[in-house]
Amino acid sequence: MAVATKQQTGTAALNPLGVALLDRKPRSLWSDAWIRLRRNKAAMAAIAIILAFYLIAIFASVIAPYGFNQQFSDASLRQPVWLKRSDPRFLLGTDGIGRDVVSRAIYASQVSMAVGVIPISLYLIIGGTIGMTAGFIGGRVDNLLMRVTDIVYAFPGLLFLIIMGVAFRDSWIGAQLNGLVLVFVSLAIVGWEGMARLVRGQVLQAKEKEYVEAARMIGASNARIMTKHIVPNILAPLIISIAFSVPGAIIAEAGLSFLGLGIKGPFPSWGSMIVEGQQALFANPGIVLAPTIGIALLLLSFTFLGDGLRDALDPRLKQ
Amino acid sequence: MMKFLTRRLISMIPVLIVISIVTFTLMKLTPGGPWDKGEGRREMSQATRELLDRKYNLDKPDWQQYVLYMWGAVRGDLGPSLQYKDRGVTELLFDAGPGRQFWESRFGRSASLGLIALGIAIVMGLPIGVLAAIKQNTWIDYLSLFIATIGSSIPSFVMGMFFILIFSVVLHWFPTQFSTAQEGDWKPWVMPTLVLSFGLTAFLARLTRATMLETIRQDYVRTARAKGLGERAVILKHALKNSLIPVATVLGPAMAGLITGSFFIEYMFSFPGMGRNFVTSVSSRDYSMIMGTTLFYAVLISLANLTVDVVYGWLDPRIKVS
Repeated sequence: MAVATKQQTGTAALNPLGVALLDRKPRSLWSDAWIRLRRNKAAMAAIAIILAFYLIAIFASVIAPYGFNQQFSDASLRQPVWLKRSDPRFLLGTDGIGRDVVSRAIYASQVSMAVGVIPISLYLIIGGTIGMTAGFIGGRVDNLLMRVTDIVYAFPGLLFLIIMGVAFRDSWIGAQLNGLVLVFVSLAIVGWEGMARLVRGQVLQAKEKEYVEAARMIGASNARIMTKHIVPNILAPLIISIAFSVPGAIIAEAGLSFLGLGIKGPFPSWGSMIVEGQQALFANPGIVLAPTIGIALLLLSFTFLGDGLRDALDPRLKQ
Repeated sequence: MMKFLTRRLISMIPVLIVISIVTFTLMKLTPGGPWDKGEGRREMSQATRELLDRKYNLDKPDWQQYVLYMWGAVRGDLGPSLQYKDRGVTELLFDAGPGRQFWESRFGRSASLGLIALGIAIVMGLPIGVLAAIKQNTWIDYLSLFIATIGSSIPSFVMGMFFILIFSVVLHWFPTQFSTAQEGDWKPWVMPTLVLSFGLTAFLARLTRATMLETIRQDYVRTARAKGLGERAVILKHALKNSLIPVATVLGPAMAGLITGSFFIEYMFSFPGMGRNFVTSVSSRDYSMIMGTTLFYAVLISLANLTVDVVYGWLDPRIKVS
């Protein structure tokens, strides 16, 4: 990319049309992609919504009207304000032991937003390293690493998550951060496989390109070729893949909590709120409303962002 | 072809062995055991525990237990259930009891749920995709694309909750739980199957639209039109047939998705199938049930993927099966 930029400035200086072009700033592939992304209204709306969710999660204790475990014993199972048995203090009513649904949903966003960042970083570190090593070294190392990847791929992921949840829930690691750490670890163990495949494939392709050959010819070390030449060139597909893996991780955590194997109470998760809400469905339908709308909005935003990024970073795909 | 099949089947073996070892190890690491006091179970004396341990081989070293279990599994015996007295896992999963059909067993019910959902997804998803492609950039296209995006990004348990809120709480059309079902009544089936199929329907519609848009621009489609073929024949005989190849390739992972997706659906609707059974067996430490179900799911998913590879080669002879 840096090379492309230099070339543009170089030709601009020599351009016979000269002056006018010299004022124009050079545009890299990334700024081109950013311009394309900015034109995509759905993707921009998605970015705004995702940022809003992050702000809500970070400032949960400021925004939430009550604590996530603050109980109002005089007001259990109040309905949302537009239904009969409501209480003006609670917009979406309260749950079975008188906790404010809105406040709980706001605190629960912290879980989903964290799951959208940390397991994905772990996928990148584990999958990236394995894919990079397999693709770059090749031969027997590649074979061995890909066998391991195949096994992880064939493992029914959800079953593994469930067994991990049950096995370590009551152990030391299961107690960290209300069970969140265990969710991170379990997700990382089964989730890196896609990233490893993608990176390996991309590295195999990039390895054969002339610019890598040229770099090798002038005596660049393996480490330098990897970090300076290969990584920048496989970044675009990686970014798209990250945007598409975030929803998977968020769904997995919510699903585990839905089955009672994710976040430990009383701290709320959108998944566990759905189960609690289902048990009190007719008494207060508001309990399921908050987490379901939250998850739906967040996941839709990530889909639109992923689509937008794909169109922006890989224009060849667009029809 | 036979060589390809055998090689693929053989390559499944090491994968299954690793999966079984990992599951077994994790299971053994889990604190608590099958004889712990639990819901509806009495505290057992030390002597009873030892007796039961001996009966189910739990007094032997772990590696022997593993080998014994796997030796049974290879012959189709997934071991005795530790949570239901005197009943085998194979029997619990596949046998509905005397006088009942296979479809009423735990696996039979889950399989019916999955197959009906797959059917709905194909019957709805393909036409929606084709229609959207033919009417590209009209409101039909935008509407179906919007619904498809919603369907493919929202997980089944959230979609299920929306369905329950609308069709059970507000409209009172369908029951919220499957267990309230009368024998032979179709009503309790509607919501679980629809919710389970929604994601796949959306996914198939999106994919069919994309591949269809590509094929209707091909030269042979133009040729077909040029020689005066009706629009119907052009779309159905020429374009659709070739658009189906990429669609067929995703059906394998899709079936796997249906199988695991049914976990949440079964849990949500109290559907008496294999997924809900797995969740309860994990919490009651029914070792042989956990092992049996995991192995069975792994085999099922691998076979689904293999089937797709075979179908793929058959649909597009240019792709060499290797």
